[in-house]
Amino acid sequence: MAFISEQEYQNLQHRHRKARVFQRCCAAVTWASVFLLAVLLYQVCADGLGWLDWQFFNSFPSRFPDRAGLKSALVGTLWMIALVAVFSIPVGISSALYLEEFAGKGKFAKFVELNIANLSGVPSIVYGILGLAIFVRYFALERSLISGALTMSLLILPTIIIAGREAIRGVPMSIRYAALSLGATRWQTTWAHVLPASFPGIMTGVILALSRAIGETAPLILIGAMTFVAFLPQGPMDSFTALPIQIYNWVSRPQPEFHELAAAGIIVLLVVLLLMNATAIYIRSRTERRLK
Amino acid sequence: MEQLSPIEFPVGKGSNTSIHKAGMRWGEFVIKIWLQVCALISLVTTAAVVVLLLVESVKFFKVVSPLEFFFGTRWVPLLEPSSFGVLPLLWGTMLITIGAAVIALPMGLACAIYLSEYASDKIRAWVKPTLELLAGIPTIVYGYFALTFVTPLLKTFIPNIQVFNALSGAIVVGIMILPMIATLSDNALRAVPISLRQAAYALGATSYEVTTKVVVPAGLSGVMASYLLAISRAIGETMAVTIASGQTPNLSLSMLESIQTMTAYIVQISLGDTPAGSVGYQTLFAVATMLFLITLVLNIISQWILSRFREVYD
Repeated sequence: MAFISEQEYQNLQHRHRKARVFQRCCAAVTWASVFLLAVLLYQVCADGLGWLDWQFFNSFPSRFPDRAGLKSALVGTLWMIALVAVFSIPVGISSALYLEEFAGKGKFAKFVELNIANLSGVPSIVYGILGLAIFVRYFALERSLISGALTMSLLILPTIIIAGREAIRGVPMSIRYAALSLGATRWQTTWAHVLPASFPGIMTGVILALSRAIGETAPLILIGAMTFVAFLPQGPMDSFTALPIQIYNWVSRPQPEFHELAAAGIIVLLVVLLLMNATAIYIRSRTERRLK
Repeated sequence: MEQLSPIEFPVGKGSNTSIHKAGMRWGEFVIKIWLQVCALISLVTTAAVVVLLLVESVKFFKVVSPLEFFFGTRWVPLLEPSSFGVLPLLWGTMLITIGAAVIALPMGLACAIYLSEYASDKIRAWVKPTLELLAGIPTIVYGYFALTFVTPLLKTFIPNIQVFNALSGAIVVGIMILPMIATLSDNALRAVPISLRQAAYALGATSYEVTTKVVVPAGLSGVMASYLLAISRAIGETMAVTIASGQTPNLSLSMLESIQTMTAYIVQISLGDTPAGSVGYQTLFAVATMLFLITLVLNIISQWILSRFREVYD
């Protein structure tokens, strides 16, 4: 005697067929997304690899594609990231420490937390407008490296603070209790125990935030990083260009040679980003091992 | 996290214990003030954005009537006769956002379902970082991709497509926000306890039924929040649409034509030589205010959904 009728059996088969099709569709979509990444990288490499030579790294921008290079853009990006790191790392970590270790759970802390969450969702171009109005015009820093670096610092601060707080929250309470019970003050506990224990996590967040700053284009266009810079900046008050700006400049020209130059620039940008991400992953994996 | 209670030392004011001799109190005080000032910077940033946009928009609306700005259908801010109807820019942004959402919302959820329900740990361990890599690629690269790959590809199917068009912009923005939806929704779906799935399977449900009738509804608040965040990101996206979709404010329904988004307009103005203080320059702030408000509202709704509708399981 059959447990189920023929009709029920058909129904069951239909339902399982549906499940299989659904599973395959989901898998196909996922692999398609990964494939897209491969296509994107292939496309960029196919266009740009041929232009990557010493001359490309060691030349200033030019009207002639075969003489153009990204020396000033690369140096500008390095300058800017160094300055952004100087501004944003101490401020970001300090904010995270304050919110986690000192602010308590009152209304003020809640408010600041909400505010930071919202700040991290503000489009980058709005930060550009802020930088233009505040740093470039109001503080009269002009279209300098320091204007760009301050704008970018404001942009990535929420990211650093959120990642920092998460890392600090991961430090077990027992460590704090141990320090406090031995007579350490709140700050001594924070400085000598909480901060070192959470430092790798904080640095991972910082590196990811900095790599975002390297790739951002819109705020720099707003504060007026120049597209044609045939000199190297000597100090923070000099005008500058950066990798994404240079790439944008090349992309927006109609000649196909410049598009290939843009691809070469993108390769350099992606390699820099990849190195930074790899560093972050390395730090993360090392700390995971240490905690075990 | 547990809250530390304020530490009270059993010493009177005049006592001369080692704690007082240590002389740390002043240093601690200064440090605490410094930390507090740092935390205040984020508040100051928000205040600065709001005040700046408000003040400059008020200046703008003294010259241009809000009626013209919000309901006008022509956006010609720099040429005479000028016209300041923001609808074409808003429409451009909507066209891109809707197009990107049509691509990324279902695909992102499908990715998330595959990662959380079907993929083996091994596959997951490298697909998820790959998607995160995709999310970390600068938007300018997507712009390049649209212009040199997507548009030529579309042209082989649709010969009358323009060099700058809304469609390829929408496609790359869709690709751009897809990993964000996939990873955030994956987190939400994985937070659904395994016991719910087991209960459904035990009742004889297929994997399709478990996923669509149990797991996704249970994780819906997280999925919705990721959708809203992604849409807000698509609205604020700048470089890809500037490069791919052109600089032509346009109320056209066709996605094959050049359009201009709010963000692309801001880039156009800041690249040009519009004198500071002119009405053309003020438009920058009026458009930015709209952009800021739209994304802010979306972000707040997304946070509200997360806190209000989150299903908490033991």
